[in-house]
Amino acid sequence: MLDDFLVRAALAAVGVALAAAPLGVFVVWRRMAYFGDATSHAAILGVALALALSVPIFAGTLIVSLLVAFGVAQLSGRGYGADMVLGVVAHAALALGLVAASLLPGPRLNLEAYLFGDILAVSRSDLAVIWGGGALVAALIGWRWQALLTATVSPDLAAASGLNPERERVVLMLALALVVAVALKVVGALLIGALLIIPAAAARPLSTTPEGMLAGTAAVGVVSALGGLWAAWTFDTPAGPSVVCAAAVLFAVAALARALRG
Amino acid sequence: MSALVEARGLAVKQGPREVLRDVDFSIAPGEIVTVVGPNGSGKSTLLRALVGALKPSRGSVVRQRGLRLGYVPQGLRMDATLPITVSRFLDLPHRNSAEARATALNEAGAGDLAGRQMSALSGGQFQRVLLARALLNTPQILILDEPTTGLDQPAQAQFYLRIEDLRDRLGCAVLMVSHELHVVMSASDRVICLNGHVCCEGHPEVVAQAEEYRALFGSGTKGALALYRHEHSHHHDHDHAHDHTHDHAAGENCDAG
Repeated sequence: MLDDFLVRAALAAVGVALAAAPLGVFVVWRRMAYFGDATSHAAILGVALALALSVPIFAGTLIVSLLVAFGVAQLSGRGYGADMVLGVVAHAALALGLVAASLLPGPRLNLEAYLFGDILAVSRSDLAVIWGGGALVAALIGWRWQALLTATVSPDLAAASGLNPERERVVLMLALALVVAVALKVVGALLIGALLIIPAAAARPLSTTPEGMLAGTAAVGVVSALGGLWAAWTFDTPAGPSVVCAAAVLFAVAALARALRG
Repeated sequence: MSALVEARGLAVKQGPREVLRDVDFSIAPGEIVTVVGPNGSGKSTLLRALVGALKPSRGSVVRQRGLRLGYVPQGLRMDATLPITVSRFLDLPHRNSAEARATALNEAGAGDLAGRQMSALSGGQFQRVLLARALLNTPQILILDEPTTGLDQPAQAQFYLRIEDLRDRLGCAVLMVSHELHVVMSASDRVICLNGHVCCEGHPEVVAQAEEYRALFGSGTKGALALYRHEHSHHHDHDHAHDHTHDHAAGENCDAG
């Protein structure tokens, strides 16, 4: 019944949702929403550079996202407001990426696939990258979970407990760059930020512990991935945006449930 | 007697500004030391440097090997986006037994709060939970940064009684920053008067008489009001006190006394 490409698409969407969940909760807790946007918009620049230098797109986006994440971290707190730096970097990186892509020799690159994702064209090797990258993110955050939580609650408390909050921040930036590189094919650079934030935001009102919220975020992510894909197939809508719409519906339902409960 | 925490020639910069300079400090087991000083005098900075949250720009901070340290930071608030119960908070970063958590909560007078959400606590409840967390793993030293912020006066008095009681029973040293001079001074073994550098230090009564201290807080030490009232004129006084102590004679007098 299900065509092979649909199975691959479903596996890819679920894989990305699971990879985004452990990072998404920290993006929400640490108020890094803009940070996620800036890093994912920079992925377009990574795509252009990867094509120009003939290196794998995954590597290109990973490296550019990492550079942008660390660059922003360096700039903010030096007399520049963090949100201002992020506003500059997010849009500059996107614009630069679009310009760079148009300068590439050869036939004009179809950027739509990178801006909005092209989930129905996911190949077996894409799947390997998505699930491998997702496993790496889960392992990284699982390993540092207690330390990351402590540093999120208070960097000073973490330092007093012998942890290095700076190192935990680097762990998160690494995970963020990985998620961006992994999710690019599925939802596209413009909507990766949505995939990070909306499932976590939907899970918040239903949770009482950090671990509970992580589980809820993963569940919302998976349901949105499958629901969005189903909607895309049924109504012939673009897949990436449909997944994000499904997540937004779940967020609205959760927010409404909380409002009704009082 | 070896110091639990020791600073030598400590200077800390925040941005281009040197907030602390030339601070020599040490605290012995079981000692209660209070740091006083006007706003912006580097009290919190000193504590944060001692716990390892800030890097010295000059000088050194040495904590005893394997030191068990309980820290209550200033003005911590819990972001409402993070769902976390009091119990779960006490398990950061190290998991503790349910028994250890219950004991710490009871010691801090927060025994009934275990299941509550951190973001739903009142100011006083929050401070008691922070104290409970600091008490886990039987600390050798408690470092408290304005721990009674947000408490009313009876609750403040109760808090300091609790600290003294804990010191007596657990034998831990206590280093705290406080605005409630009149309460804190009587409970302290030693007072350090800070204004970017150590103006003077010593036994509470001696410090209260010291010229540098009076320059900062006025002659009355009757509570926090004295401090706030002198805040504005202080900038004037500051320059005086500053020039004064630069030759170090006055500072040494104060130490010796």
